Amino acid sequence: MISKNVIHQIVEKATMIRERVLDMTSKAKSGHPGGSLSMADIVATLYFHWLKVDPKNPALESRDYFVLAKGHAVPALYAALAEKGFFPLEYLEKLRQLGSPLQGHPVKKSLPGIEMSTGSLGQGLSVMVGMGLALKLDKKENRIYGILGDGECQEGQVWEAAMAASHYKLDNLVIFVDKNGLQIDGPTKQVMNVDPLADKWAAFGWEVISIDGHNVLEIVGALEKSENVKGKPTVIMAQTVKGKGVSFMEHQICFHGSPCTDEQLVVAKKELLATKGNLL
Amino acid sequence: MTEMAAPRDYYGKALVELGKKNENVVVLDADLSSSTRTSMFAKAYPERFFNIGIAEQNLIGIAAGLANLGKVVFASSFAMFISGRAWDQVRNSVVYPKLNVKIAATHAGITVGEDGATHQALEDIAIMRVLPSLNVLVPADAIEAFQMIKYAAATPGPFYIRMSRGATPLVFKDSDYIFELGKSKILVEGKDVAIIASGIMVDVALKAAAELKKENIAATVVNLSSIKPIDVETIVKVAKATGCVVSAEEHSVYAGVGSAVAEVLALNYPVPMEMVAVQGVFGESGKPEELLDKHNLNVNGILEKVRKVVARK
Repeated sequence: MISKNVIHQIVEKATMIRERVLDMTSKAKSGHPGGSLSMADIVATLYFHWLKVDPKNPALESRDYFVLAKGHAVPALYAALAEKGFFPLEYLEKLRQLGSPLQGHPVKKSLPGIEMSTGSLGQGLSVMVGMGLALKLDKKENRIYGILGDGECQEGQVWEAAMAASHYKLDNLVIFVDKNGLQIDGPTKQVMNVDPLADKWAAFGWEVISIDGHNVLEIVGALEKSENVKGKPTVIMAQTVKGKGVSFMEHQICFHGSPCTDEQLVVAKKELLATKGNLL
Repeated sequence: MTEMAAPRDYYGKALVELGKKNENVVVLDADLSSSTRTSMFAKAYPERFFNIGIAEQNLIGIAAGLANLGKVVFASSFAMFISGRAWDQVRNSVVYPKLNVKIAATHAGITVGEDGATHQALEDIAIMRVLPSLNVLVPADAIEAFQMIKYAAATPGPFYIRMSRGATPLVFKDSDYIFELGKSKILVEGKDVAIIASGIMVDVALKAAAELKKENIAATVVNLSSIKPIDVETIVKVAKATGCVVSAEEHSVYAGVGSAVAEVLALNYPVPMEMVAVQGVFGESGKPEELLDKHNLNVNGILEKVRKVVARK
């Protein structure tokens, strides 16, 4: 059983990721804060509790692999990698700037810890399937983790990959669907309904675990459960809130692809600071 | 009697040979393994063969993932589907991250024949050669195809290798033939015109050159098999030596081999040029020979363009 102390630390990291996401995107005057905030607790749990990764040795032979299929939410990943020590925190100031390794969407080899280029939605899961197959061929125990968006599940390729992962019995593959229910043009239910999403994954032969994607205890529990799943891949359906953690950003589509204004940033950071205070 | 062979048969043979030498070689197909000949590898090394089903986008994505963890990946389907259906995946999941995926596309061009236009890729060279740093190759015959496959396997980075369906005359009789990336081989030298051909049109160009002799036109014939990187030096050299160029390809006239040659000439040494290619139309059902004749991808088609270009000098 995970200790309260550990949970506390993860939540603290999640808050830190949120702060940095807001700082980075506001400084860049560009980027996707909404979907970064919705997956912040998942990313924090993965990088500060779960994933076997070593910032001092990013190429560690026995590492777990993480692929961010919803590549637009990369500010949260950059923040986690920097905080973890994969690269200096100052790099975060260069998000989306000319010549920066912190591209608008992740680029393989541009930074230590970025395992794959993503951005064109729907492609990440296929790549994870290929990586899972490679590990099986080599009889390696490393595991593949990834995060998809719920809107992303509108891409047909996701289901091609879902079919293949199940066909090839990839029990070394665990993905989260960050189900924040909003996409650029509106609520996912209105734009193109993907529900019942959990049923769809189950029908494709996946182990489905549904959780509150902001409850660290549930995130850890789902990850622990996924380790015992044999002969099939696992999807963790994480119910989330877009813009989570900042009151005026929550459930707001406008923050999908636009950062806070300077004035909003001040308010947002005060709120996050209060969250931090509550943790102390 | 000229010896004939289909490039895809030699592709299958090359894969089996590679599979024996290198256990990191894996092969993927999208339910066309018997046609693309990846079935030969599947039979020899079933544990390293993955049938992805009828899902070309996923085929390319999975290929990228395997390559991401160090595998040498060959991914095959018909040229139409693997270039067209999966272009975004080729661009963003393979070429942009520079992954070691070799896309071996078969059944390119109108010589697919009876299946008709939906299966006849006439645009794939155009949409593949535009991708930064993707090597784009078109073998002139089965022997060159065999060499290219081995070359690609030994060379890090993404490749697109385009093969036609049918058995064609062997251009390279010598099994010692060595393929070199970015090099074009001059097969015949003549001073009046340079015919720069690719794929199945190389053999046709050689036959046209023999016919042209009767008209006292001495033709150079170049096998342009490395479309990208392209051999600027040889193209400029033959243009200088002959003063005019005819390109010949089993592809659309737009943005294909002829256009690649024209780009080189326009920037380096402009000379009159004519193109033998499909004139921006779709193919249709028919026998391969009938289709080639209909679209003037034959000896007469080349002769006509040569006469025209020589007159323009």
